[in-house]
Amino acid sequence: MDADLKMSVKQLNFFYDKFKALENISLDFYAGHVTALIGPSGCGKSTFLRCLNRMNDLIPKSRVEGKILLDNEDIYDCAVNVATLRSRIGMVFQKPNPFPKTIFENVAYGLRVNGIKDKTLIADRVTESLNQAALWDEVKDRIYDSALELSGGQQQRLCIARALAIKPEVILMDEPASALDPIATQKIEELIHQLKKMFTIIIVTHNMQQAARVSDITAFFYMGKLIETDKTDTLFTRPKLKQTEDYITGRFG
Amino acid sequence: MTKTDVKKPITEQLALPHIKYRKFKQTIFFALFRFAALINGTALAIILFFLLKNGYKAINWTFLTQPPIDSMTKGGILPCIVGTLYLSLGAIAISLPIGIASAIYLNEYAGSGRVLRIIRLGINNLAGVPSVVFGLFGLAFFVIYLKMGVSILAGALTLGLLSLPVIIGATEEALKTVPETYREASLGLGATKLQTIFRVVLPCAMPGILTGAILGISRAAGETAPIMFTAAVFFTPDLPSSIFDEIMALPYHIYVLSTAGTEIEATRPLQYGTSLVLIVLVFGMNLAAILLRARLRKRMHI
Ligand SMILES: Nc1ncnc2c1ncn2[C@@H]1O[C@H](COP(=O)(O)OP(=O)(O)O)[C@@H](O)[C@H]1O
Ligand SMILES: [Mg+2]
Repeated sequence: MDADLKMSVKQLNFFYDKFKALENISLDFYAGHVTALIGPSGCGKSTFLRCLNRMNDLIPKSRVEGKILLDNEDIYDCAVNVATLRSRIGMVFQKPNPFPKTIFENVAYGLRVNGIKDKTLIADRVTESLNQAALWDEVKDRIYDSALELSGGQQQRLCIARALAIKPEVILMDEPASALDPIATQKIEELIHQLKKMFTIIIVTHNMQQAARVSDITAFFYMGKLIETDKTDTLFTRPKLKQTEDYITGRFG
Repeated sequence: MTKTDVKKPITEQLALPHIKYRKFKQTIFFALFRFAALINGTALAIILFFLLKNGYKAINWTFLTQPPIDSMTKGGILPCIVGTLYLSLGAIAISLPIGIASAIYLNEYAGSGRVLRIIRLGINNLAGVPSVVFGLFGLAFFVIYLKMGVSILAGALTLGLLSLPVIIGATEEALKTVPETYREASLGLGATKLQTIFRVVLPCAMPGILTGAILGISRAAGETAPIMFTAAVFFTPDLPSSIFDEIMALPYHIYVLSTAGTEIEATRPLQYGTSLVLIVLVFGMNLAAILLRARLRKRMHI
């Protein structure tokens, strides 16, 4: 791989109390690439994704072993400020979860909590992010209306805009289209294509066509283990392992 | 169940009398529920009617704007209205910040350890303490030990303490209704936990918190026992000029007129009039709570 290494996971284990949800996972993520995480439900995709921005810190009695490097620095190092880390690694959740605030305030939120006060800068950033998320044209006349009045697909793009506003380096997406209809899904996929030039994108999906359409690299998880990872077209056309082949051809899962 | 049973549609398996019986049962229970609700409404209506019928004659401009005169057999109740308002406002000013802070600690920060269980037990027991005990505690602690004297401050502290469990309960309920996904979204954008609480969680919970708080205070505003040792006096014609002044209060005034006045029978209309004013005040607070909640909800885009 000739691209820049952005994140690197080394021998990661993750425990929910006594239950080992992830076992010995090593995986690299490259700038300007989309990496898809696939695998049957319950195999640990979300758990893995939430390790990458330390969202799992919130879960009582959970435990992490191993290393996750962002630009060669361990994000679990005790000197790391978690809030700062999370402003460098944006996250889009499975269900659209805009705040019960105006569209404008939703996008401005990340800027405000990160200490930006300049009103014109905030307004510019909001417009820019809504544009990047391909939502501006649909909402430009009502950015001071409640975000909850938007459709599900629009809400999800708003959540993407909200994540983009603070210019993160990496964007994590956990099945971002699973709650959306096919047209809204297509819009999100087009958006991912646009965004990958600027960000490192890691997307969880249980939909293999989607993984094939949007990603450059695919990693197949099964029962808490990373089974196989490769360039997406290689993995889908010539998987090395029988387990992977069985899954992508729909023989199990 | 055998296989053939399963294949038959459920309606055919049920004999007709059975269905009739179920309908009958449903009718009976609905009637019972309706009756229970009706009793509730009726009780309120009777109380109101009774107070209005007996008290409306006492209500006039003088009654609302003058102090009592002639050994409290004539004149008005202005000092009592003012006193009760001060006590309620004071109680809210004390218990709202403490109550909200405690609930935030319990719901957002504390884990699920042993200390937490003990704190919760304490709060639940505080809710069960009779109000007269609060009154005695206020007398011993605020009035005597802290040397506040019989004063608005001592009374407001006692009432505030009394309404604390209600406010903590209401706030915790309100915090629980804030979806976890809002917290995750906020933290995911690099907000600290404190920022998340102040910018997302509290605004979302505020309508619920304020309603609960005002309901708690309006309940406390009608209490007699907690203030009769700590804040209220038999008679003082002057309006208070500082928080260390003693005051008259509506519930205590009613109590005094109907048990210890010089002419209990002759002052009946005044007693009913005062009760009416107290009830209207409490209803007014509840109404304010409802309006406030509606406004906040609208502003919060919920
Ligand atoms: N908060 C939690 N506490 C305990 N176990 C959990 C928790 N979240 C997920 N798990 C378990 O971890 C495993 C992986 O879950 P998850 O990462 O959500 O899978 P996926 O996203 O691939 O469907 C599952 O067995 C699930 O039951
Ligand atoms: Mg998942």
